[in-house]
Amino acid sequence: MAKELTPQETLRIDLRPPKQDWMDIPVNIKEGIYCYPAKPEKIECVDMPNAHKWSPVEEDWGLPENWKEIFLEGFRERLDKHRTFKIFMDICVRCGACADKCHFFIGSGDPKNMPVVRAELLRSVYRGEFTKAGQILGRLAGARKLTMPVLKEIWYYLFQCTECRRCSLFCPYGIDTAEITILGRELINLFGLNINWIQEPVCNCYNTGNHLGLLPHTFKQNIEFLCDDIEEFVGIKIEPTFNRKGAEILFVTPSGDVFAEPGIYTLMGYLMLFEHIGLDYTWSTYACEGGNFGFFTSLEMAQRLNAKIYHEAERLGVKWILGGECGHMWRVIHQYMNTFQKPVDSLEEPISPITGTKFENAKSLKMVHISEFTADLIKHGKLKLDPSRNDHLKVTYHDSCNPSRGMGMLEEPRYVIKNVCNHFYEMPENTIREETFCCGSGSGLNAGENMELRMRGGLPRANAVKHVHNKYGVNTLACVCAIDRAVLPASMEYWVPGVDVAGVSELVANALIMEGENERSVNLRGEEIPGRAPKEEEAQEDV
Amino acid sequence: MAILVSLGAVLAIVVIALIGAQVGPLQYLLGILVPYAAFAIFIGGFIWRVVYWGKSPVPFRIPTTAGQEYSFPWIKRNRFDNPVKLWEVLVRMFLEVFAFRSLFRHTRAELRGGNLIYGPSKWLWLGALMFHYSFLVIALRHLRFFVQPTPEFVKTIENIDGMLQIGAPHMYLSEVMLLTGLAILLGRRFFAPRIRYISLANDYFPLFLIIAIATTGILMRFLFRVDIVGVKELVLGLASFHPTLPDGIGAMFFIHVLLVSALLAYFPFSKLMHMGGVFMSPTRNLVNNTRMKRHVNPWWTPPKFHTYEEYEEEYRDLMKEAGIPVERE
Repeated sequence: MAKELTPQETLRIDLRPPKQDWMDIPVNIKEGIYCYPAKPEKIECVDMPNAHKWSPVEEDWGLPENWKEIFLEGFRERLDKHRTFKIFMDICVRCGACADKCHFFIGSGDPKNMPVVRAELLRSVYRGEFTKAGQILGRLAGARKLTMPVLKEIWYYLFQCTECRRCSLFCPYGIDTAEITILGRELINLFGLNINWIQEPVCNCYNTGNHLGLLPHTFKQNIEFLCDDIEEFVGIKIEPTFNRKGAEILFVTPSGDVFAEPGIYTLMGYLMLFEHIGLDYTWSTYACEGGNFGFFTSLEMAQRLNAKIYHEAERLGVKWILGGECGHMWRVIHQYMNTFQKPVDSLEEPISPITGTKFENAKSLKMVHISEFTADLIKHGKLKLDPSRNDHLKVTYHDSCNPSRGMGMLEEPRYVIKNVCNHFYEMPENTIREETFCCGSGSGLNAGENMELRMRGGLPRANAVKHVHNKYGVNTLACVCAIDRAVLPASMEYWVPGVDVAGVSELVANALIMEGENERSVNLRGEEIPGRAPKEEEAQEDV
Repeated sequence: MAILVSLGAVLAIVVIALIGAQVGPLQYLLGILVPYAAFAIFIGGFIWRVVYWGKSPVPFRIPTTAGQEYSFPWIKRNRFDNPVKLWEVLVRMFLEVFAFRSLFRHTRAELRGGNLIYGPSKWLWLGALMFHYSFLVIALRHLRFFVQPTPEFVKTIENIDGMLQIGAPHMYLSEVMLLTGLAILLGRRFFAPRIRYISLANDYFPLFLIIAIATTGILMRFLFRVDIVGVKELVLGLASFHPTLPDGIGAMFFIHVLLVSALLAYFPFSKLMHMGGVFMSPTRNLVNNTRMKRHVNPWWTPPKFHTYEEYEEEYRDLMKEAGIPVERE
């Protein structure tokens, strides 16, 4: 942040629009809001066009001379390829139902963050460049020509949308701002205007298989370190396999969980769960990224990164694929992957080897969500659980945008949490399930330099957490998303100190009674579980 | 500005019609040629627009899921907010089109003392519903002019619509509801700061136009009575493609007809096409079965990706050192 704003300062938000018409307010690209531009080598690495050095705050963005032509040609091409784009450009009635549904608008009061205006930024160009009425009536018809300031404005707000789709839920015609942002970002990527926080993971993922750029041995080592932690805290030695041919299941999860707190605890949770049920599965160092920042670049890039999962599943000869906790990963897998990729004949309809349950809803794609898988295990009594180990936690659940509005997985994680935690409290109903609020940093906006934007966008979610924190003493925010785990801790620290963030699988593993485990006096974070200090237990045993 | 221009445009239409109605030959233009042309533009334009949309494929299945997915038999799913079968999506669409389901979700966010509060907000839904249904009823009642003898269902609608039996001739409920709905919709644009902020001339013009249509329609029934037999003769003639122009219909009728013609001609080129678009919106009209059934993208191309072979080629030594199995030693 340029200058650190206190929460009180950030909260001085005026949701009333200014007097001036939005077209008359020139874009002001602010530090703390925008993300740094993509490094040229990270663009070249995946053969994307016009890799160059530039800065959003400088006058000249270093675009090719025919940038307008490229943009408009790309626009036209996308209108022809996506019915959504045409319809969403044509039918908005500006009823305003979406206006106060956006976390960025609520948290910033910037009128151009109202989803309707965000879309009008592009729609005005569509009218001005492609429709007769717009060309004749101009501004009166809400039309304008594409100019450099207009492009800058579009760019600035394309990276203030997290593609969470909350507005599309309330739109009477289902106009989906995520779709507009996705295609808009494709357009600016035609001349190298991506942000680095997206482009670098894309490049890394393309080469090494994961966003962080972990090389094969590092990826393996990191997981083995976590196995060491498990051995220390739980007393169980786990030896996962990598790139093993003939395993029944390939497990793919976002790489953030391999590397950073608190995601690593979720990953420890997976390892323990699979060990407990004796799952015949393998990790892959090649297809080692569930997340897909390509999705925040272009649909083509999303397809290129996503291709590795099936490619690897085929090579290893697994029967089906299990996917870890991640938000946008599941949007891509659930709604795009079965169209992006050709089916792999060697895969089979997924059946849980433990319960025999057929995952009917995944019979074509052959990829199951870990929360679905775990919920089924619990339902069939296959997990020995001691939820009282989580008794010091008062838990609420944050639905990630994508699994809720791009999939509909609402009950499975709740069922799991309620079976592994005794104290569960829902946030207010307008902020959960299909109406859930974004963490504020999705769609590749979880950088460090745009912290003000992130805290503003995170306000509605955090505010709902604060409500249950004050009312019930909630101290744990559970989620099934690696970006949530990466960004919500900062948001909680800023808005609701005293609330930790935990993946659902972490909570599962803490409650899991494993054969041969120790007295479990500490949790997966190595923290003492209140009331379970080893000394006390020894004392009890003596008696 | 947007308000004044829109209002001016509607007034101009009224004035043109008023002048035209006084001049015999122009009546022919206003009563016969313009309605025909407007209707042709409406039908042709509507079809053109829908075909234009339809020409673009729906490459991906991206419904906005608004409820629990289909997963296990023991988890109650939300069929109509997250449909996986055709009939379920039809119910979803029915609720969307006939009950404005998504608008009904509308809430209002307010920041009070550092707390965000979400309250229900049904005015938009109510106004929209009143407006659209009364408009439909009025359109159906107008069939009386187009068909001889008047169909029974039209008479039934008239009876229900006029059941309050207030005034002479009877005031129709739909007239009151239409104007109330329009008042709510226009009132939001005038007085709700955010809605005013986003409103364009494209938003005011159709509202003013429809208000003018409704007003002239009501005036014709109550104040400036027109020759209703002549009107029916004219409209029947138009409908049977044997147009005649009876004498002495009254100027108000010509104003009404020109306003309606303007609306019809404007329709296909405006946001009013949401009428067709709502049926074609891929976030609403698709089933959420993408993991159950493969969907094909007509412009699919194979992805150019970093294959395992290339990957192993690059990292073979590192992999071997770390004990990760490789294809080629």
